[in-house]
Amino acid sequence: MIAIPFQKENMDRSSILSKLKVIVANYSHDKDALEYLSESTDFIKDLKINSANLVDVVLDVEEEFDIEIDNLAMERMLNVSAAIEIITDKLKAK
Amino acid sequence: MANRVVITGMGVVAPNGVGLAPFLEAIRAGRSGITHHPLLEKLQFSCQIAGTPVLSDALIANYFSELELRNFNSSGIMYGVIAAMDAWKDAGLNIEQSGEPDWDSGTIFGSGTTGVDKFREAIYKIDDLQTRRLGSNVVAQTMASGISAYIGGKLGLGNQVSSNSSACTTGTESILMAYERIKSGQATRMLAGSTSDSGPYIWAGFDAMKVCTFKHNETPESGSRPMSASASGFVPGSGAGAFVLESLESALSRGAGIYAEILGGNLNSGGQRGTGTMTAPNAMAVQRCIRTAIQNAGIQASDIDFINGHLTATSKDSLEIQNWCEALQRSGENFPFINSLKSMVGHCLSAAGSIECVASLLQMQHDFIAPNLNCEDLNPEITALISSSRIPQKASPHPIRILAKASFGFGDVNACIIFKKHIST
Repeated sequence: MIAIPFQKENMDRSSILSKLKVIVANYSHDKDALEYLSESTDFIKDLKINSANLVDVVLDVEEEFDIEIDNLAMERMLNVSAAIEIITDKLKAK
Repeated sequence: MANRVVITGMGVVAPNGVGLAPFLEAIRAGRSGITHHPLLEKLQFSCQIAGTPVLSDALIANYFSELELRNFNSSGIMYGVIAAMDAWKDAGLNIEQSGEPDWDSGTIFGSGTTGVDKFREAIYKIDDLQTRRLGSNVVAQTMASGISAYIGGKLGLGNQVSSNSSACTTGTESILMAYERIKSGQATRMLAGSTSDSGPYIWAGFDAMKVCTFKHNETPESGSRPMSASASGFVPGSGAGAFVLESLESALSRGAGIYAEILGGNLNSGGQRGTGTMTAPNAMAVQRCIRTAIQNAGIQASDIDFINGHLTATSKDSLEIQNWCEALQRSGENFPFINSLKSMVGHCLSAAGSIECVASLLQMQHDFIAPNLNCEDLNPEITALISSSRIPQKASPHPIRILAKASFGFGDVNACIIFKKHIST
């Protein structure tokens, strides 16, 4: 029998978003903004995440999706939609 | 005119008690906080006993958010923050979460080696080419000023926020540095104190120097033996002590309780000349430090009721007593009462001075001298200088009006403070 691996390639935007929500919840004290997390949510402006913690968010994302996010992509990862795009690209490239 | 400076709040995280009430009970009862540490045995230390504060997760959650505790691995910062926030609360002060910083309040909170477990964790990752996976909090947890930076943020302090470091003198020095800042009018209120990490990576260097006892691995509670003939080296400890210092005017205007007034003190060094080296004190400098502290405090040596010594439980204890005798020109029955907290908690290194000052001021507040443990066989070199009646081995009720506290550290550095009980009028 062939084991079927977890299909990360096919993960859609909404399931990425819900995984992302769990990760950023650790770094934001703004419960309301977390509640209404959407693709337009900005990590610093809306979720009030300490900018130093953005690298921790990136590390958690890498672990959760088993991808590696390079320095250039990390610089762009300031909001939910950019994060989803980067994650999707990296998953495709795997 | 120079401000008078008083102590209005204290906090303590000690091997034999966390918080003022449990710590007071422990020092009154002569309860030891020294235990056997299986990790030290596993690592083949000569000295496998130590004093480490016991903190529950529930208690820690009162001081740190879940986010702050993610990847947190600095015991010294944990002890220091708990002691500092307790002292702030004990002084009846609030923590404002918004608005401007408190421009008139600052902190000088010292440490020795700091965040060593976090540093070790980082070094393993770096050597494994994982620098990019270190995360964001290595710097804050390992920088020398990590503890004052954490406290400054917790309390919203807007005055000087800094960490001092002078080995085992650190805690006592922090109080005197904070005192000077208030006395000169540059701050109204300063949180002073010091902290020391726990664990093998802090203590190994001392173990290797053979300055810790290896004779009490089976009998931890009798291991720390200041002033005893069978003293065989110190027992390492850890923890933190904290104080709110403020101008007398500020304390009176807000009706704060006052533990004591700092009458004066002195910091000096023996320059590693004469009998002084990196690790041994220059006796002339120690005596000069004590004499100058007395002079700065505007008292006579005969006014001192009680001394809390440095007294680590090494062969240097009798030398310290001799220095006190020379500096005060008092001996025999005429010597003040003296004790060493180290018989209960070990040598808490950079935290020693602050934890011992908390103990001293609790004894002053509650009119008793805490017992010296493990010196039933007093060193004859000490009893040749002062009467054994001056070294209580049971808690003894006794009023303390003026006390002297001294600490000495590697680098041949010395600190002495004179505290006076505050009598409200």
